[in-house]
Amino acid sequence: MADIRNDFIGIRSPNPFWLASAPPTDKAYNVERAFKAGWGGVVWKTLGEEGPPVVNVNGPRYGAIWGADRRLLGLNNIELITDRQLQVNLQEIKQVKKNWPDRALIASIMVPCEEASWKAILPAVEETECDGIELNFGCPHGMSERGMGAAVGQVPEYIEMVARWCKQYTRMPVIVKLTPNITDIRYPARAAHKGGADAVSLINTISSITSVNLDNFSPEPSIDGKGSHGGYCGPAVKPIALNMVAEIARDPQTRGLPISGIGGVTTWRDAAEFLALGAGNVQVCTAAMTYGFKIVQEMISGLSNWMDEKGHRSLDDIIGRATPNVTDWQFLNLNYVAKAHIDQDLCIKCGRCHIACEDTSHQAITAQVDGVRHFEVMEDECVGCNLCVNVCPVEDCITMEPLAAGVIDQRTGKPVSPVYANWTTHPNNPAARVAAE
Amino acid sequence: MAEGQFKEGIASGRLAPAEYAANFADLHPPLDEHEALVEADRCYFCYDAPCMQACPTSIDIPMFIREIATGNPIGSARTIFDQNILGGMCARVCPTETLCEEACVRETAEGKPVQIGRLQRYATDAAMEAGKQFYTRAAPTGRRIAVVGAGPAGLAAAHRLAVKGHDVTVFEAKEKPGGLNEYGIAAYKSTGDFAQAEVDYVTAIGGIAIEYGRALGRDVHLSDLAASYDAVFLGMGLAGVNALRADGEDAQGVEDAVDFISVLRQASDLGSLPIGRRVVVIGGGMTAVDAAVQSKLLGAEEVTICYRRGKEQMNASEFEQDLAASHGVTIRHWLQPKKVIAQDGRVAAIELEYTAERDGRLAGTGETVVLAADQVFKAIGQTFVPAALNGSAATVTLEKGRVKVDAEGRTSMPKVWAGGDCVTDAREDLTVAAVAAGRDAAESIHRALTSNGRG
Repeated sequence: MADIRNDFIGIRSPNPFWLASAPPTDKAYNVERAFKAGWGGVVWKTLGEEGPPVVNVNGPRYGAIWGADRRLLGLNNIELITDRQLQVNLQEIKQVKKNWPDRALIASIMVPCEEASWKAILPAVEETECDGIELNFGCPHGMSERGMGAAVGQVPEYIEMVARWCKQYTRMPVIVKLTPNITDIRYPARAAHKGGADAVSLINTISSITSVNLDNFSPEPSIDGKGSHGGYCGPAVKPIALNMVAEIARDPQTRGLPISGIGGVTTWRDAAEFLALGAGNVQVCTAAMTYGFKIVQEMISGLSNWMDEKGHRSLDDIIGRATPNVTDWQFLNLNYVAKAHIDQDLCIKCGRCHIACEDTSHQAITAQVDGVRHFEVMEDECVGCNLCVNVCPVEDCITMEPLAAGVIDQRTGKPVSPVYANWTTHPNNPAARVAAE
Repeated sequence: MAEGQFKEGIASGRLAPAEYAANFADLHPPLDEHEALVEADRCYFCYDAPCMQACPTSIDIPMFIREIATGNPIGSARTIFDQNILGGMCARVCPTETLCEEACVRETAEGKPVQIGRLQRYATDAAMEAGKQFYTRAAPTGRRIAVVGAGPAGLAAAHRLAVKGHDVTVFEAKEKPGGLNEYGIAAYKSTGDFAQAEVDYVTAIGGIAIEYGRALGRDVHLSDLAASYDAVFLGMGLAGVNALRADGEDAQGVEDAVDFISVLRQASDLGSLPIGRRVVVIGGGMTAVDAAVQSKLLGAEEVTICYRRGKEQMNASEFEQDLAASHGVTIRHWLQPKKVIAQDGRVAAIELEYTAERDGRLAGTGETVVLAADQVFKAIGQTFVPAALNGSAATVTLEKGRVKVDAEGRTSMPKVWAGGDCVTDAREDLTVAAVAAGRDAAESIHRALTSNGRG
């Protein structure tokens, strides 16, 4: 039986599934329910300064996009940090941690970018005996207009400065939550690292407008006919998050910096992918907001069963396993040749592979053979692009089959070379480096 | 005294009024918006879609479903009507299980096709309820065309000709238009007087005058029509019914299934329709099933379809056979009628002989069975009655008992086209096939009258 207990920067939890700082973690009632359902940890919804709390809009806070059958693919929110009194939140955090000593409980914090503000709140949070803090430098809407959230996360110097204050004024582990609304995620990560942060977590939400109401021409979600950009999350953002996690994991300047992976984690499989790319654990929000807290049970059993099946004994066996395989395009093996193959027994003859290839790619899939509807890859035209695999509605019907070394590639008429060769030495590359003799 | 279903002989009022209403409600109720969106999402938007190939009118099915899915049911209806102006009725009566839905790749993938027929109804209902007319007439051509029969073929031809700017006069033998849509289809497939609403929708384009009670060969004559109109389209369907060729078939209680179906469709009070306690239907097609199921729905206790060949050879689709079975109709195979047994001139039973195929030929085995019956419906096929051509048979060539036409619907007689059930062609005898024939003949007429469509 695989051991999925998690130790993230010294914070222990029975599994690597934490709930991200968000509406599901705003108060004791929800967090108690989450822990009962089996979540390994919770990042409490972001606390603000002592004093009158922020207010939220009183109309819709969320917008969404959907896939077929109205499956929620992406969620957008314009909710701010907690709109409850700081003291109420702190009391509840303390009580919940007492009730659930084996679970991870992290407090997310966002206060003005001034040393005094951080110095003031940290002891109060520490007093709750929570396991750590997460600095919310990511929230892209509302708070950023007030110089907080993403406004901090977009300036590496500020990240470093605040991280340093936090390390100076508290003994608690410090996680810096990064905004994806930047051009290169490595810079804020390096800043957090330089400031002494124990870890980074990412991604926070992406600035977005989900849709426009075509009756009144208001962006959605619409507040009295007006809309504001919100933060986008859910399954649609997972690929963006995976890339950013990998970028930090393989950056020599941040190598080894623990990462809490966030962004569209919906199933155990998503979680395993984040772990493989270098995340030490994952945080989940949209999936819980879509289906409720029970989904963590699928994540736990799915991850355990997969690990058992593959012989992975603990999370350490999988964390970062895919990181070395993330490389730059220029290092990809140009002598690797794959061709699409259509399993005729599985094919339902929808023809989507054909029309995708015919109209938009390489004219490499038949529509008819001997006058009969039949979809087959013409290997002499197939460049192995994978589009047909992606548009096929039947799982495993179309697969990419690598050609073995020595086999003639029908498209080029040349045998597949057994030698690894990339762009850096390719004859067409004007900057090609001549291979050392 | 026995009541209801158990009343002896042929009797009316076997059921309570509410039961009639429930029994003859829509077989496939319309999809609501949510159901339509969920179903439309299932379509894969196939390339050169098999469903479209299977549709006799070649409706662009993936496109109309995509239009539903994107909240554009009016655009969807236009996509349907462009190919099939009677798309509303076809959505209700098409045997989709042997056409588009049989070809659907999700039938291959999951044994559960996209419900194309019901989606088509969703879109066409939306446009018709909104009174949305998509077509305007081209500038008047001054050409006048006579159409014989206001059934699916005639209406489709008339509409397409009107679109092209021709003036159309339709001669209809009955008092109402619609043909088999009005008279020949089970009531639960076309509820709420839809056939008449559809005729109104189709003729709203203008330029189509329908003269009722005007039968070919009786009130109008082909030679006159050909002389006084620029072109004639014959779409009068099949007026005759095959005989049982069984002794005693003139006994009271032996009736044509098509007449029964027609009377039922026109009845304002179903409770007043008499039906036998024990009904035997002879035949194996859609008409047999329509008659049998409706007999049951009118309160017959025992309804048996007897077909002279096996299940596989039945013209009624698997779906129709299952529908009959689910209503408690018994289907018996390899039985042909031999003798109607009458008492006091009224049918009391029917004697049938078992059949078998030997060397590819069907023959009686000599073994017989007698089924008690108060009513026997003949549903063994309809025939073309050439007499209606009023002596023109010499010039309108027949083939296999029906009008011979070429690929464009031209008969052997100049200026005369034909389509639908009255012709011998490659098309099946289906509403949707008749629509395709009428539409295509109209295009052919237009080309002929306007030197290849150039006006």
